[in-house]
Amino acid sequence: MKTFVCIKYVPDTSEAEVKVNADGTSVDSSRFSFDINDADNYAVEEAVQIQEKHGGTVTVLSIGPKESEVMIRMAMAKGCDNAIRVEDGRIASFDPLMVAKVLAAAIKGQEFDLVLTGCMAADDGQMATGVALAEELGVPHAAMVKKVEILDGKVRAHRELEGGLLEVVELTLPAVLTIQTGINEPRYAPIRGIRAAQKKELKVVNLDDLGLPASEVDAGASKIVLEKLYIPEVVSSAEFIEGEPEEKAEKLASILVKGGLV
Amino acid sequence: MGNVLVLAEHRQGDLRDITFEMLAIAPALAKDLGGEVNVLLLGSGVEAMAEKIAGYGVKVLVVDDPLFEHFNADKYQKALSSLIDAYKPSLVMIGQTAQGVDFAPALAVEKNLPYVADVIGLAVEGGTLKATRQLYSGKVNAQIAFKPADTYLVTVRESAFEAPEPSAAGSVEKIESPLKEDLDYRMFVEYIEAEVGDVDITQSEILVGIGRGLKEDKNMPVIEELAGVIKADLCGSRAAVDAGWLPHDRQVGTSGKSVKPKLYIALGISGAFQHVAGIKGAKTIVAVNKDPEAPIFAVADYAIVDDMFKIVPKLAEKLKELKG
Repeated sequence: MKTFVCIKYVPDTSEAEVKVNADGTSVDSSRFSFDINDADNYAVEEAVQIQEKHGGTVTVLSIGPKESEVMIRMAMAKGCDNAIRVEDGRIASFDPLMVAKVLAAAIKGQEFDLVLTGCMAADDGQMATGVALAEELGVPHAAMVKKVEILDGKVRAHRELEGGLLEVVELTLPAVLTIQTGINEPRYAPIRGIRAAQKKELKVVNLDDLGLPASEVDAGASKIVLEKLYIPEVVSSAEFIEGEPEEKAEKLASILVKGGLV
Repeated sequence: MGNVLVLAEHRQGDLRDITFEMLAIAPALAKDLGGEVNVLLLGSGVEAMAEKIAGYGVKVLVVDDPLFEHFNADKYQKALSSLIDAYKPSLVMIGQTAQGVDFAPALAVEKNLPYVADVIGLAVEGGTLKATRQLYSGKVNAQIAFKPADTYLVTVRESAFEAPEPSAAGSVEKIESPLKEDLDYRMFVEYIEAEVGDVDITQSEILVGIGRGLKEDKNMPVIEELAGVIKADLCGSRAAVDAGWLPHDRQVGTSGKSVKPKLYIALGISGAFQHVAGIKGAKTIVAVNKDPEAPIFAVADYAIVDDMFKIVPKLAEKLKELKG
């Protein structure tokens, strides 16, 4: 099996305040900590498990800045064999269709059986790149996959639907699968792997190297325009309980008891 | 021309809510685009569903073909692709659901359509179609304009719009199936029903929900202590289930269960829309989260901005005392 796994370097904004820059179309990411996108982390684990079971190689593919190499090396420490990092400021990265075109250009011309991506990026949350990539590559796909079984020339994928229902489909290989979180238990990179990863090949390319004209993936090529970003007004009708932690707990306890809620 | 084509979504014999939610905004968009609303229904033996949709005052285009007995992303893509050519709608609306996300982006690539995913707002302003969507788990909104095109494509977030009531009688038109033969590269195999656990959280009176904020499995006893005092069942967000702290049948949200307890206590749950969609039926929601910006506070009745581990033990102790 020759597998590509596409990963993204995303900011952790779960407990951070997000501010929009003066340009109105970007956010101030200077204080965020970045790491591999959650779903992509599961995709890396799945790729490595498939390689352990069926042999072959895993290539990491990512579009991102130099700093993201920490994440790429970590994926290689877990068992991925080599990596391609695409960096080019001309890519209209807010448009998943443009991103998919770039990823496809990096894969096309090479042999592959499987391409795995996370099913959703934690920052943009579009759930579009992997499925668009499959169309660019002209191969079958399945989105939101919670179980992968490699068969002879085919892959059986369990898709997670609403309410916990699973839809089982079979695709001919090569295929693209977008991986849902919870499909496996992502491993920690072993120390030995971390050392070995430093010696693995990490190719850095731009659009010119990929032979992809910028005019096909830049803001001019995109059919959408990001006009503005803004912080939505949160309308909360909640009663905020104030005080020291102990006071807050006591006040809440008495609200729950007096209100007959417990 | 100028028509809005809404794709009906159904599974295992039932229309899904998103179908009607899209009808909350489709008529106004059709008016602004200079057309009418058509709903496309792909299925096998779906007459009753077609009639139900027509009750919302729209024209339903029905493809009734055994090849569409089960959802298949590639068949749906082929059908939409050929029907977009035939009907030339100005706007195609599909749900941002497990079905929609499985083919809409591919359709956009194939037909070269301007596409915005997971929209929570959509309007025509000064002749330009504009979409609103969220970034960073709802902390930032983006306004996106579509460049002029013959056909635009959007996928619409579930529960973003409230389904209207049935109105005037519309019409049903059977159309020829755009699919001539089955596909040999993507085959539906089966559905596997969700596992059933020891507790049915959809029936629980009191639920304590945990999220990423639990940090580690070894923190569970603190939560269990609180749950024990108030006789609550435990449930959690996707993050809590992915981490292995809870079995899958305790997951609340779009990919888990919808619950309707009289009290829901959300601990360390940020409140991503997927989770919030599952707790709409809760009568009273208490949220404890150290991030003051957490979206869970938008739906909470009582809120505490603090570290849950500073609150929960004391809360359990005090409740024990008050309840005697």
